[in-house]
Amino acid sequence: MDSFQPLFEQLFGSEWGVSLFLLAKNLLLILAIIIPLLLAVAYLTFAERKIIAFMQVRVGPNRVTFFGIPWLGGWGQPIADAVKAIMKEIIIPTGANKFLFLLAPILAITPALAAWAVVPFSPELVLADINAALLYILAMTSLGVYGVIIAGWASNSKYAFLGAMRSAAQVISYELAMGFALVCVLMMSSSLNLGDIVAGQQGGSFLNWYMIPLFPMFLVYFISGVAETNRLPFDVAEGESEIVAGFHVDYSGMAFTIFFLAEYANMILVATLASIMFLGGWLPPVDIIPFNLIPGVVWLLLKIAIMLFFFLWFRATFPRYRYDQIMRLGWKVFIPITLIWIVLLGAVMQLPEAALQSFPLNLWF
Amino acid sequence: MIFQDFVFYSLASVVIISALGVITLRNPVYSVLLLVLAFVTSSGLWILLEAEFLAIALVVVYVGAVMVLFLFVVMMLDINLDQMREGFWKWFPFGAILAFIMTVEMSMVLMSKQFSSEIIQTPEYKSVDYSNTKELGRLIYTEYVYVFELAAVILLVAMVAAIAITLRHRTDKKSSNASRQIAVSRNERLKVISMPAEKKE
Repeated sequence: MDSFQPLFEQLFGSEWGVSLFLLAKNLLLILAIIIPLLLAVAYLTFAERKIIAFMQVRVGPNRVTFFGIPWLGGWGQPIADAVKAIMKEIIIPTGANKFLFLLAPILAITPALAAWAVVPFSPELVLADINAALLYILAMTSLGVYGVIIAGWASNSKYAFLGAMRSAAQVISYELAMGFALVCVLMMSSSLNLGDIVAGQQGGSFLNWYMIPLFPMFLVYFISGVAETNRLPFDVAEGESEIVAGFHVDYSGMAFTIFFLAEYANMILVATLASIMFLGGWLPPVDIIPFNLIPGVVWLLLKIAIMLFFFLWFRATFPRYRYDQIMRLGWKVFIPITLIWIVLLGAVMQLPEAALQSFPLNLWF
Repeated sequence: MIFQDFVFYSLASVVIISALGVITLRNPVYSVLLLVLAFVTSSGLWILLEAEFLAIALVVVYVGAVMVLFLFVVMMLDINLDQMREGFWKWFPFGAILAFIMTVEMSMVLMSKQFSSEIIQTPEYKSVDYSNTKELGRLIYTEYVYVFELAAVILLVAMVAAIAITLRHRTDKKSSNASRQIAVSRNERLKVISMPAEKKE
């Protein structure tokens, strides 16, 4: 790809040519991440419907196929859904604030996609290998709530507004626990770079992954991630039985689909970050011959798929939390756990070297 | 004009226009959203200065938390603009004097020697491995540790005070105690009785 750089320099001069070349190159790389991501989102919805169907002893979508091939029954469903969503009319309620009503889905999906810029897929395969990647991820995930709040307000509807307020309170509460859980990870790895965090978990087997020494933090992170994406059992922002469909009750067609895409892209993001920070990213579970021949990307995708399966499993299993119980879990359970764990971890890390070595089976410090 | 200049001027003009919008627009929700835009764009300016930690902290703290609560409150207010406009001219001289004093103060600070280009040098370009975050952390926890802890304590006191002011103990409120609910055993809630089957008449 770099062979095009002289062409740009010829066209735009040496000052602008370099910058414009970088811009064009990065745009192409962004597309190379986003298009597979959106396909993954489409098939995640299919997987969700199939898996929940099996858990409830149903068949799930099995009609739409490609070119009439019978054993592909159901695999065309996400594509058909997407086409349907594009063709449908976007209805804007009369009392709605038109500009903000249409801006909200954009604000919801932008951070969900932007966070992928720093996610490494293998030691070399990363768009932006920046030092402050973890901070950037935190910043991007904290922006997602704007889409929800603005959608709720701009719809000019009670149910949408209630959903938006629930969602805002919930996301802000769980962000704290999530941030503190990640603080433990960066204490262990002493780096904010996601590639370095994975490299810090190297050492031969899955025992070196941060999931083992930081197991409570892994649980806190993952459950907060479920809450942050407004997934069941924490989906009071949508709560069909109480507030119809929450913040997106007035949305239809593509505007609704974008919220949908953002939710699933966020799910994949949380699963990816959990696998990178706690499950060793692209590292094989045991570093011996049949396992370490498989490329790292495959391991990473496998871990992401397992984490995503948990999301779907939760949805099929747990009843919805009551609102005050969600708040209690966030503030009174998770935040104290994380704070205590940070202090403990810091104390252990400050132990003298000899004391650390004298622990049997100490792999981590 | 090189590419950096172009980026700087576009970001700077967005900051200025959105900041003007914050104080001129009638709809307070638009004002808050424009303030968010101003924050995000100024974090872009900081990234241009290679101060990535400050830039991202601005987004995390202000945009991600503070402005969300702000938006939350502003959306729930039912603001009547006509009522707010009442007495505008009565209070105008007072406001104008305040604005004048603030402008003078700010220009005295910003146009002083401390901010002149002789004292503040252009930041050098750092190598790729240079981590802003690490350096900042080192400074805060070594040189400025007491000041930092003091600031943290002040914030804690403010937080405790805010909670203490709003906390009201109501006796008529019904709320569930989760730990008591969990501690309940089967025998307290459920009684299994044996009942002989009845004959069909």
